[in-house]
Amino acid sequence: MQWRRFEERLFRVLMITASLIVLMFLGMIVMTILIRGVPAMNLAMITQTPKGGFYLGKEGGILNAIAGSLCLAGGATFLSFVISLPVVLYLNVYARKNAPFSAFARFSFDVLWGVPSIVYGAFGFTLMLFLGLRASLLGGIIAVSFLILPMMTRAMDEVVRMMPEELLTASYALGATRLETAFRVVIRQALPGILTAVLIAFGRGIGDAASVIFTAGFSDYIPTSLMQPAATLPLAIFFQMGTPFPEVQERAYASALILTVIILAICLISRLLTRRHRRHVIK
Amino acid sequence: MMVLSRLFKDRLACGVMKTLTVFSSLLVFLIILGLFLRSRPILAIKPLSDLLFSTSWHPMRGEFGFWPFITGTLWVTCTAVVIAVPLCLLTAIYLSEYAPAWIREWTAPLIDLLAGIPSVIYGIWGVLTIVPFVKNHLAPLFGCYSSGYSVLAGGSVLAVMIFPVIIHITVGIFQTLPHELREASWALGATHWQTVKHVVLRRAMPGIFAAIVLGFSRAFGETMAVLMVAGNVARVPGSVFDAAYPLPALIANNYGEMLSVPLYDSALLFASLILLAVVLVFNVISRLILIRIERRVR
Repeated sequence: MQWRRFEERLFRVLMITASLIVLMFLGMIVMTILIRGVPAMNLAMITQTPKGGFYLGKEGGILNAIAGSLCLAGGATFLSFVISLPVVLYLNVYARKNAPFSAFARFSFDVLWGVPSIVYGAFGFTLMLFLGLRASLLGGIIAVSFLILPMMTRAMDEVVRMMPEELLTASYALGATRLETAFRVVIRQALPGILTAVLIAFGRGIGDAASVIFTAGFSDYIPTSLMQPAATLPLAIFFQMGTPFPEVQERAYASALILTVIILAICLISRLLTRRHRRHVIK
Repeated sequence: MMVLSRLFKDRLACGVMKTLTVFSSLLVFLIILGLFLRSRPILAIKPLSDLLFSTSWHPMRGEFGFWPFITGTLWVTCTAVVIAVPLCLLTAIYLSEYAPAWIREWTAPLIDLLAGIPSVIYGIWGVLTIVPFVKNHLAPLFGCYSSGYSVLAGGSVLAVMIFPVIIHITVGIFQTLPHELREASWALGATHWQTVKHVVLRRAMPGIFAAIVLGFSRAFGETMAVLMVAGNVARVPGSVFDAAYPLPALIANNYGEMLSVPLYDSALLFASLILLAVVLVFNVISRLILIRIERRVR
C-alpha cells in the first residue's frame, strides 16, 4: 500500500521535472541568443551589406543575407503553395474518400517530410547540374520549395480533412461544381489552417541552411535577379561562427538574434492570424 | 453554353490537380533516382562493401571509406535518442495524463516553437553552452580529456531538437486511447501511475516505438547543428567524449572542393543516398505503424 503511494509521488515528481527540463531548454536557447546577441547588435548589421574585409572584422552588416533569405523563403513558399494547394484540394474534394491513391499520396508526403534537408540540398544540386543552372537564387528556391512542400501539404490537408462533410454536400446541392465548392467553400473554411501552414513553411524555409548550402551559393550583394547567387541568414551565421576572429563571431550572435526574432515574429503572427480569421469559419 | 463552360473548368481543374498530386507524390522516387544516377560513377569502380566498411578516407588518393562517418552518425544519433526518450516520455505522459488543461494549452505553442527554431540557432547554442559544459565539467568528472566538440555535445543538441517530434507524436497517441480504458483501471482501484504503467503505456507501445523511430531518423539526418558541435574528425569514435564526423556534416562541409577532386562529388552524393535510404526505411516503418493506429481509432 505504501509502495503504491510512493511510486505515484515519485513519478509525478519525475514527470514534472522532465517537463520543466524540456521547457528550460527552450528558455535557455532563447536566453543565450538574447544575452550574446543584444550587445553585439547595431544598426549597421541590418542596414548595410558587407564591406571589404567584413569576415575579418571590418565594417558592414548582413543586409545581403536578410534580403536574400526573405527572397528565397518567399519565393519557395510561393512555389510550394502553388503546388500544394491544388494537391490538397484534389485529395479532399475530387478524390474519392479512402481511395488507395489518396492514401498513397498522403503516405508519400509524410515520408518526404522526414527526408533530411541536406538530402534536398544534394538533390537540388543534382537537378541544377542536370538543368545547367549555377548556384543561384532560383536553385535555392527550388531546393527549399521541395523541402517545405510536404510539410505545407500535410498541414493544410489535416485542416481541410477535418471539415464537416455536410458543407460540401450543401454546396453541391445548390448546384455548384466541385471547383466552385473548392474555392468558395473549402478554402474559406480552411483559411486559418492554410495561413498557418504557409507561415510555418516560410519559417522553416528561412531557417534552413543545409538545403541552400549547395544550391543558393553565397554573395556579398543583394540579389537582383533569380540567376544570381544569394546569401542566406543561416549560412551567414554559420560562416561568421566559423571564423577565428572574436569580432566576427560576435556578429554571428547578432545575426542569430535577427533570425530568432524573425522566427518568433512568424510564430506570433500565425497565432494572431489564426484567431482573427476564425470568424469566417462555420462551426 | 454557360453550364458547359463551368463543367469544362471543373474537368480541367480536376486534371491539373490530379497531375500535380501524382507528380509531387512521386517526388521521393525522383530524389532516389537522381541521387543514384549521380553516385553511379563511384559505385561502378568500388565494391559497395568497400565503400561502406572501409575506414580509409583519402579523397585525394581516391579512397572513400564511409565507415568513420556512418559510425559517427550512429554514435551521435544514439546518444541523442538515449537522452531524449526518457525525458520525452515522462513529459508526454505528464501533459496527456496528469496536467490540467491550462498547462497543456500553454506548453503546446512552446513545444511548437522549439520545433520551429532553425538548426543553426541550435548550433550556436550548442557551441556557447553545451560544448564548454562538456569540456569543463562533464569530461573531467569522468577523468577524460575532451575538447568539448564531441559525440556527447552533438547528441545533447540533437536530443533537444527531437524533443518536439517525440513529444508531439506520443501525446497524440495517448489521446487516441479511449478514456474508458483508464476508467476501468481506476475502478479496479489502481492508482494514476499504475493505470499509466499497465494500461496506457502498454496500449500505446507501438505508437511510442514509431515516435522514437521518427525521432531517430530526424536526428540521423540533421546537419547544421551537428556540423557545428560534433568536432568533425574522420575517425571511428571510441567514447562519447571523442569527436565524431557524421555523414550529413561530411556532405555539408565539402561542397566547396567536391567538383575539383575526381569522384568526390559522386562520393558525397552516394553519402546522401545512404542517408536517404536509412531515413526512408525508418520513416516508412514508423508511418505504417502510425497509420494502423489511426485506422483503429476511426
